Amino acid sequence: MKASELKRLGGGREAERKARVAAAELAGAARDAGLLDVAYAFADSPFGPLLVAVGRHGLLCVQYPNHDFDATLSEIAREVSPRVLESRSETDEIRRELDEYFAGGRRSFDVRVDLALVHGEFVKRVLRATARIPFGRVLTYRDVATEAGNALAVRAAGNALGSNPIPIVVPCHRVVRTGGGLGGYTGGLDRKKTLLTIEGVLGR
Amino acid sequence: MGPPKEGSRLRKPIPPFQAFLDAHRTAVYRFLMVSVGPNEADECFQETFLSALRAYPRLRDGSNLRGWVLAIATRKAIDAARARNRRALPVADPADEAPAALAVEAADPPDDDLWKAVAGLPVRQRMAVVHRFVLDESYAEIGAAMGSTEEAARANVYQALKKLREVEPR
Repeated sequence: MKASELKRLGGGREAERKARVAAAELAGAARDAGLLDVAYAFADSPFGPLLVAVGRHGLLCVQYPNHDFDATLSEIAREVSPRVLESRSETDEIRRELDEYFAGGRRSFDVRVDLALVHGEFVKRVLRATARIPFGRVLTYRDVATEAGNALAVRAAGNALGSNPIPIVVPCHRVVRTGGGLGGYTGGLDRKKTLLTIEGVLGR
Repeated sequence: MGPPKEGSRLRKPIPPFQAFLDAHRTAVYRFLMVSVGPNEADECFQETFLSALRAYPRLRDGSNLRGWVLAIATRKAIDAARARNRRALPVADPADEAPAALAVEAADPPDDDLWKAVAGLPVRQRMAVVHRFVLDESYAEIGAAMGSTEEAARANVYQALKKLREVEPR
């Protein structure tokens, strides 16, 4: 009897495969048991795969591929709940709405949004004001600061928009400079241009 | 800042459950395959990780999650063995050390002498062997996972190997 012989009881690569299959079934069992607090999945987009995470109170984040997805999920575990599992069914609706938006067939999002990852009252007010900007329209940073209750806090409004965890759905791309410049964008200026082109604000 | 003071415990953050599951699923599955047999492994796997998920928000330290989840899996395996013994022996209330044979079916797992020999071990000995030789754990880790001591783990492995040598014609 050698230890190496006992080792093969562990099932080798077959056990790895079976473990993967069993683990994939856990999200469904967790949902049935009422233990799934946050579900996440990856959504297709012209920019590559987006991380979308949905909690019990709504959409928590949409993240561009240049972000560190693991860091975002760790932040969710810390600040919302560590009961975070990859699951497609909870994220079906947001993924479908994003598909329709990118295809040009959707002008507003119906999913509920949860600002649990947003810190600070002013930042929340800026993002709520931003969420009200309609498809195809833009406001300036000063407009949004004013709407959020502090017309002088233009730079703070810019920072708030830069920290938006739910871009596209909370349309921070619809906020531009007073002089006509586009300003910045967390996802990179090219993405802001693409989104504003989809919405007809910029010519093709 | 400087180095942490002696005696201060450094807590590791609790990772998202999916990362925890991905990191430990194979070890748990290997452990259960041998401990409860391939036919019950899937069910015990789900029970183990659902228990873990239930308790997860109450965890304060993520530094030994592998030991934690293997301890849960060990309890599930012991429960499964007891349930099986109750079905087999309606009379007694079998102690842990009662032999719990695996319900081995024809195609799966491999029908060989080693499997049969390990399946014939008492449940705690069988699990100690799995912890030691399949998962490469130290006796201290095995003791912790099985809710006993390092010495008990060493004794369980010793007894098991002795029996396995007797059974196996070499």
